[in-house]
Amino acid sequence: MGSLDLKSVTKSFGPVDVIKGVDLQVAEGEFCVFVGPSGCGKSTLLRIIAGLEDATAGDILLDGRRMNDVAPAKRELAMVFQSYALYPHLSVRDNMGLALKQAGVSRAEITAATDRAAEMLSLGALMDRRPAELSGGQRQRVAIGRAIVRRPKLFLFDEPLSNLDAALRVATRIEIARLHRELGATMIYVTHDQVEAMTLADKIVVLRDGRVEQVGSPMELYNNPANTFVAGFIGSPQMNFLVAEAVGFPGQTVGVRPEHLALHPIGTKSDGWIEGQVSHVEKLGGETLVYVHTIPHGLLTVRLFGEQDQAVGEPVGLTFDRLKALIFDADGMRLG
Amino acid sequence: MAKARLSPVRTIAAHAVLITYTIIALFPVFVIVVNSFKSRRAIFAEPLALPWPEHFDLVGYQTVLRQGDFFLYFQNSMIVTVVSLFFVLLFGAMAAFALSEYRFRGNTLMGLYLALGIMIPIRLGTVAILQIMVEGGLVNTLTALILVYTAQGLPLAVFILSEFMRTVSDDLKNAGRIDGLSEYRIFFTLVLPLVRPAMATVAVFTMIPIWNDLWFPLILAPSEATKTITLGSQVFIGQFVTNWNAVLAALSLAILPVLVLYLVFSRQLIRGITAGAVK
Repeated sequence: MGSLDLKSVTKSFGPVDVIKGVDLQVAEGEFCVFVGPSGCGKSTLLRIIAGLEDATAGDILLDGRRMNDVAPAKRELAMVFQSYALYPHLSVRDNMGLALKQAGVSRAEITAATDRAAEMLSLGALMDRRPAELSGGQRQRVAIGRAIVRRPKLFLFDEPLSNLDAALRVATRIEIARLHRELGATMIYVTHDQVEAMTLADKIVVLRDGRVEQVGSPMELYNNPANTFVAGFIGSPQMNFLVAEAVGFPGQTVGVRPEHLALHPIGTKSDGWIEGQVSHVEKLGGETLVYVHTIPHGLLTVRLFGEQDQAVGEPVGLTFDRLKALIFDADGMRLG
Repeated sequence: MAKARLSPVRTIAAHAVLITYTIIALFPVFVIVVNSFKSRRAIFAEPLALPWPEHFDLVGYQTVLRQGDFFLYFQNSMIVTVVSLFFVLLFGAMAAFALSEYRFRGNTLMGLYLALGIMIPIRLGTVAILQIMVEGGLVNTLTALILVYTAQGLPLAVFILSEFMRTVSDDLKNAGRIDGLSEYRIFFTLVLPLVRPAMATVAVFTMIPIWNDLWFPLILAPSEATKTITLGSQVFIGQFVTNWNAVLAALSLAILPVLVLYLVFSRQLIRGITAGAVK
C-alpha cells in the first residue's frame, strides 16, 4: 500500500498554467523528492496530491484508486508543513491525536499511538506543553509526530526544514531518513534545497515551470542529466558550462563538474588548456573552491581536495576530464 | 527597544502631545461627570468647579432613579448592544472567512459590495427601513433595532476581519483539513482565536455607535417598553426647560456599561496578541 500515480495532471489558476501535465509514478515505500526553483509548481503539485487543491485535469491515483474527488482527510495521507502548522490551542499530545480523534478512534488507542510516536521522536517530556512553549526544532518534530500517528499510506513533506537553522536541519534530515527506513512508508518531499534532495531521495523529480524535467535516482541525475537545467540544478557548486567550440567538442555547451576540472600553474602548457585568472578562493577546510575567470567561458568553479593556497589574480591553466564531460545542444538537451 | 535613539527632549515632546490630546478627549466626559454631582445653581455658576461639599448635590441621580423606568432603559440598551454585537461579530467573521479563504467567481466584487456599506450611511434608508419594520410588525420591538444595527455594523466588520484573516497561516488551515476538521471547526477553533485582537477592535468600533444612537430608537422603537438609555435621557430635555442635573446624571450612568464592555474587549485584545501563534 502507498503507491502513487499521477496521470497528466494539470492545474491552472485563471489564465495561468501552473502545472502543465505531470505524469509520475511513485512506488510503494519510495522516498520521492520534488525539487526545483521557487515558482516551479512543486508545492502546488504536493497540494494537489494532498487534495488541498483540485487538479484542473488529470487523475491522482493512490493504490490504484482515483482520489480526485476524495476529501483530504479521507485520502489516508499525512502532511508536514514548513511553518509546522501546530494547533496553538492544543497540547503536543492533543495535536498529535487530533486526526485519530476526528476519525473516531478510541481514547486508549490514541494514547498508545501518540506514545509510540513520542518515543520514536523522543518527545516524551514535551507531551503536555503547548506549541508556544517549544523551540523550532521541537515543533517540527511534533509536526512529524502528528503525521506518524495517523499511520498514513503516504507522507507529504512541504519544505519541512526551511525554517530550521543549519545544524538542526542536518539533524532533522537524518531523523527523517531514519523514519523512512523504520516505517517503510511512501514519502513525498518538496524542497528547493538540492542537498536535501540528494541525501534523502530514492527518486528525484526535477520540476521547472510546471513540467517534469527529469526523474531519476540522485546519482543518475548527477552523472547523467538530461539537459542543462538539470545539470545546473543538481550538484553544488554548480556544474561549469564551457563553450563547446572553444574546447573542440561538438554541440553548443560542454558541462564539466567542478571536481573534474584540474588547476595547473602557468607555464606547463598542455592540450585542451584553458587559460584564466583566479578571481576568488573559498576555503572550506575539507575542500577549496577556486573561481577562475576565463575567456570565453566566463567564471568557472574548480573544486580541489583539502586546503589549497591560491593567490587571487594569479594566472592559471585549467584542464578537464574529457571522458566525464557532458555535451549539450543549442536547446540545452543532452547529446550522445 | 531602541533606547539609544530616545533623547529626553523627544520623549518629553511626545508625552506632551499625547497628554494634551488625552486632556482634550477626556474634557467633555470630565465636565459631564463633575457637573452631574452638583446642584443646578452650581452647574451654571461654575461649570468647571469640582463638586466641593458646598455644591455637592445628588439631585440629578435621585431624579433619574426616581424616574423608575431607567433600569429598563439600561436593560434595553444592553440587550440591543450585546445582541447586535454578537451577530455583527459572528456574521462578519463568517463572511470575512469566506472572502479571504475561498476562491470563487465574484469574490472581489462581493468584497467591494460589502465594503460599500462603510461609505453609505444607513440612515439614508431610514424611510424604507421604517416601512419594512411597519410591514413586518416589528415597530417598537428591540428586534427591529438589533436587525438595523447588525446591518449597520457588518460592512466594517467584514472589511477589517477579512484583511486579518488573510494573515492566518494557510498551512494551519490545511493541517486541519488533512486531520479531518470540518470547515466550521477550522473557522471556530483555529481561525477565530488567532484573529481575536481584530475581533476586539471591531467590537469596540461597533459597540459605541450602537450604544450612543438616538436616531433609530426614536424612529423605530420609541415606546416606553423599548426605549434605550439615550432616548430615555431625552425626557429631561424639554423645549423650554432642561433638567440638566438629570441629563448629566443619566449620561454619567450611561458611560459605565460601555466602559465595562470596553475593558472586557481590551483584555481580549492583549490576550490575543500574547497568545502563541504559528512558528
